[in-house]
Amino acid sequence: MSERAGNGNGSLTAKDFRTDQEVRWCPGCGDYAILAALQSFLPQLGIPRERIVFISGIGCAARFPYYMNTYGMHSIHGRAPAIATGLATTRPDLSVWVVTGDGDALSIGGNHLIHALRRNVNLTILLFNNRIYGLTKGQYSPTSELGKVTKSTPMGSLDWPFNPISLAIGAEATFVARAIDTDKQGMAEVLRAAAEHRGSAFVEILQNCPIFNDDAWTFVRDDKQGVNRIVLRHGEPITWGAEREKALRQLPDGTIEACAADEPDVLVHDETHAEPSLAFALSRVTQATHGGTPVGVFRNVERPVYDDLMAEQLRLAEAQRGPGDLNALLRAGETWVVS
Amino acid sequence: MVATIAAGEAPSTVVFEACVIWVGDVAAHALFASPAAAAPPPNKPGRALYLRQGMSSKPVEQLHQVIVRFAGDSGDGMQLTGTQFTSEAAILGNDISTLPDFPAEIRAPAGSLPGVSGFQLHFADHDILTPGDAPTVLVAMNPAALKTNIGDLPKGGTLIVDADAFSERNLQKAGYAQNPLEDGSLAEYQLHAVPLTTLTVGALKGVEGVTPREAERSKNMFALGLMAWLYGRPIEPTIEFLRAKFGAKRPEIAEANVKALQAGYAFGETTESFAVTYEVKPAKLAPGTYRNITGNQALALGLLAASRLSGLPLFLGAYPITPASSILEELAGYKHFGVRTFQAEDEIAAAGAAVGAAFGGALAVTTSAGPGIVLKAETVGLAIMLELPLVICDIQRAGPSTGMPTKPEQADLLLVLYGRNGESPVPIVAARSPSDCFDAALEAVRIALKYRTPVYLLSDAYLANGSEPWLLPDLDALPDLTPSFATAPNAGDAFLPYLRDEHTLARPWALPGTPGLEHRIGGLEKADRTGNVSYDPENHDLMTRLRAQKVAGIAADIPELEVDDPDGEAKVLVLGWGGTYGPTAAAVRRLRAKGKQVAHAHLRHLNPFPRNTGDVLRRYERVLVPEMNLGQLRQLVRAQFLVDAIGYNRVRGQPLRAAELADAVEALL
Repeated sequence: MSERAGNGNGSLTAKDFRTDQEVRWCPGCGDYAILAALQSFLPQLGIPRERIVFISGIGCAARFPYYMNTYGMHSIHGRAPAIATGLATTRPDLSVWVVTGDGDALSIGGNHLIHALRRNVNLTILLFNNRIYGLTKGQYSPTSELGKVTKSTPMGSLDWPFNPISLAIGAEATFVARAIDTDKQGMAEVLRAAAEHRGSAFVEILQNCPIFNDDAWTFVRDDKQGVNRIVLRHGEPITWGAEREKALRQLPDGTIEACAADEPDVLVHDETHAEPSLAFALSRVTQATHGGTPVGVFRNVERPVYDDLMAEQLRLAEAQRGPGDLNALLRAGETWVVS
Repeated sequence: MVATIAAGEAPSTVVFEACVIWVGDVAAHALFASPAAAAPPPNKPGRALYLRQGMSSKPVEQLHQVIVRFAGDSGDGMQLTGTQFTSEAAILGNDISTLPDFPAEIRAPAGSLPGVSGFQLHFADHDILTPGDAPTVLVAMNPAALKTNIGDLPKGGTLIVDADAFSERNLQKAGYAQNPLEDGSLAEYQLHAVPLTTLTVGALKGVEGVTPREAERSKNMFALGLMAWLYGRPIEPTIEFLRAKFGAKRPEIAEANVKALQAGYAFGETTESFAVTYEVKPAKLAPGTYRNITGNQALALGLLAASRLSGLPLFLGAYPITPASSILEELAGYKHFGVRTFQAEDEIAAAGAAVGAAFGGALAVTTSAGPGIVLKAETVGLAIMLELPLVICDIQRAGPSTGMPTKPEQADLLLVLYGRNGESPVPIVAARSPSDCFDAALEAVRIALKYRTPVYLLSDAYLANGSEPWLLPDLDALPDLTPSFATAPNAGDAFLPYLRDEHTLARPWALPGTPGLEHRIGGLEKADRTGNVSYDPENHDLMTRLRAQKVAGIAADIPELEVDDPDGEAKVLVLGWGGTYGPTAAAVRRLRAKGKQVAHAHLRHLNPFPRNTGDVLRRYERVLVPEMNLGQLRQLVRAQFLVDAIGYNRVRGQPLRAAELADAVEALL
């Protein structure tokens, strides 16, 4: 056995998670940063490398598993959450991750995404959102802005875009978060929380495609001062700005407005709020509407986990009926003997 | 002992040596054997089978076989009636074969033609192969049922109808301008117009807690009782069944049904309209323990057995679709066997989840019918590239598109053989009878696990819902299907996920969780041995050929094609596959009974074909391929073996008719 085999005794490093495959993303692609961040983060999980599985669909993001030295499957467009559900529910000993993109998850894969979230399967879903189709060279995606001019929409896209966070919350997700590809620390915090969450964890990662949609997120990527980033922290007032001068508060009609940080009723973030409406209202806060982009954990609640429920039914059935006796089952009902 | 119950009073459920019961205005003499008189057969310790010991006072005629078709409204309980009558026949030891024929709609308007539901049972004193081309007895519960089915009843056949149902309104709904019971149009049949509804309601007067509507609905049990009497069947098992089914929640319904059953039985004995009863002796079947089983039940049990034999937990990903849903439902009841069933959001997710489970080392299965199989194609293609085991069950139904969901067809063969992008070879196994679905499931799993490949398992709507006696297998005699998993590097220090076994060409199966063997697989073309993504031209050509060779090589691992050619002199071969086995074998039997020589072969493996198939075909002057499609196996056979095979093709949504097929074969002789 190779000396680099993971055995979860704390001696794993980022290097252990690198494969010998040459990484083929474009220079400047945000995926490099995410890969590096994940390779740094995973050793901290304390899970043996052999028990980690990455499943992807199709897209630039979906090349991810080839560069992670764990078990991995590069599957078909949009179907990773379904495949991962089959794996997660039959192998509760594994840590299963889904890597997907805005096209893979929200276009062809939309149905599988919402059902995985609804079921609360024990998976961590990383959606790299670059607001474009990169691999197929530049068509618009379900998160591209209305009017986006691309190769397939020369007169501008007619599609109103999805808000992935709102969609996930609407799909009953129990963990919803957003990170930024170049924000290594923020991403690590989000990933840790996602990995610790039992159930489906949905993480949107704002990612830059330098070739087909460069600078889509620059306003929040290159934002060390926090002028645009609204960092959500559970239990803390939601403020941002170079001087932390801006804040959010909730109006009587449930919507959220930007205000000054010294005003009364500044919202204190509660990621565990039972009702998703608060998290949903926060998901509607965007750079365009409020002058800020929330990042961090929007929602983190507990709900029975699909894998556990399934396993429990098997246990219960055996307790109630005794372990299955195949011979007895074949002979159930009316039998007769011919001699 | 004689007990007289006044007219209009409901008879009580007592068993006497002999008793007279008044049912309405009709005096019925019913003679019931006392339970003690029937010695319990040795196979049922502690449970006596109550056999009527020829207690009818009417003459008994022996028949070798009977084909009964019950037909009525979807709400009339025809399926229940049919399955109970089948149970009774099975208990008496007849060989049986059934064909339920129901509409796709849940409940079409009462009395309407599309709402007619039917159940055909063929029972015999010898080994039979099909539910029968046509009934010899038709029980029609209303005009619509008569209209839809009378065309199948041969002249002179017995026709029993519920006279009460032939009202103006019902006649109109069925499109009758005049009442066929009165206009002489049914003169060529032995017609028994029985006031079933009136008699049933009369028999149930006084049963507390039963509304007149509910009483009417028991008329199917009256009909069953009458039929049981007519053919010397025991009704006690049905009585037990009814009490068990309804007893807890609605005991009065149970009693109503039981009374209706007994009244029907008594009626047969009394009425002069039925002058004789019939007896069909038990059939000589191979010794052993039997049970009645439908194809879908057998398939589910086969998968369960395969799970045991391989040591792998069973995972089913499925989406409800007629006629496959009952497999999902059956397996969902086996959680105490560790079976995980997953009703996915759609067909694609069902197959996808199965692929994920296979990746983790489960015995992964997905089930569907035509429209769902089409949706799963891309996922199966992925499984081919990943070289993971996966069983895909296609319970074929009439197509194209939505087609006729409850009717059998076998037109998905070319779909499952070719229906994926690229060169995507997949083994195909087809069941030939309801009980054979068990063995076919085992075989599909065996191939999938050993060769790390998806395998299509083909059945159809007739096999799925039809039933026959099944000789229970000896589980200890079934093969060990345990696969070998990779646990260590296979190339020095490294693990190469596509370094194939030199005999099977199967790749090593390393499960996530195995230390040191971490690797990535996917749908992109991969380099030989290493499994890394590769666009190399020579590599793609090589891998394409290797994948094809792996599947083709399975021919060395499956039995040769057997030919049934008793004197070896036949010049014509009938070659079938799938659910046409019964009608084809029956047709061949018919011809041989007339002294004709004809050979018969039936394929279980459609890809690869058995290694001697070409040789077999070339031995015959003519090869006829009967199919419920327009010639799919025929096309394959012609292409692969350069044999001028001709077809017998019917796409009626019904099993092939043995007599018609026999005529077609005879024309070639």
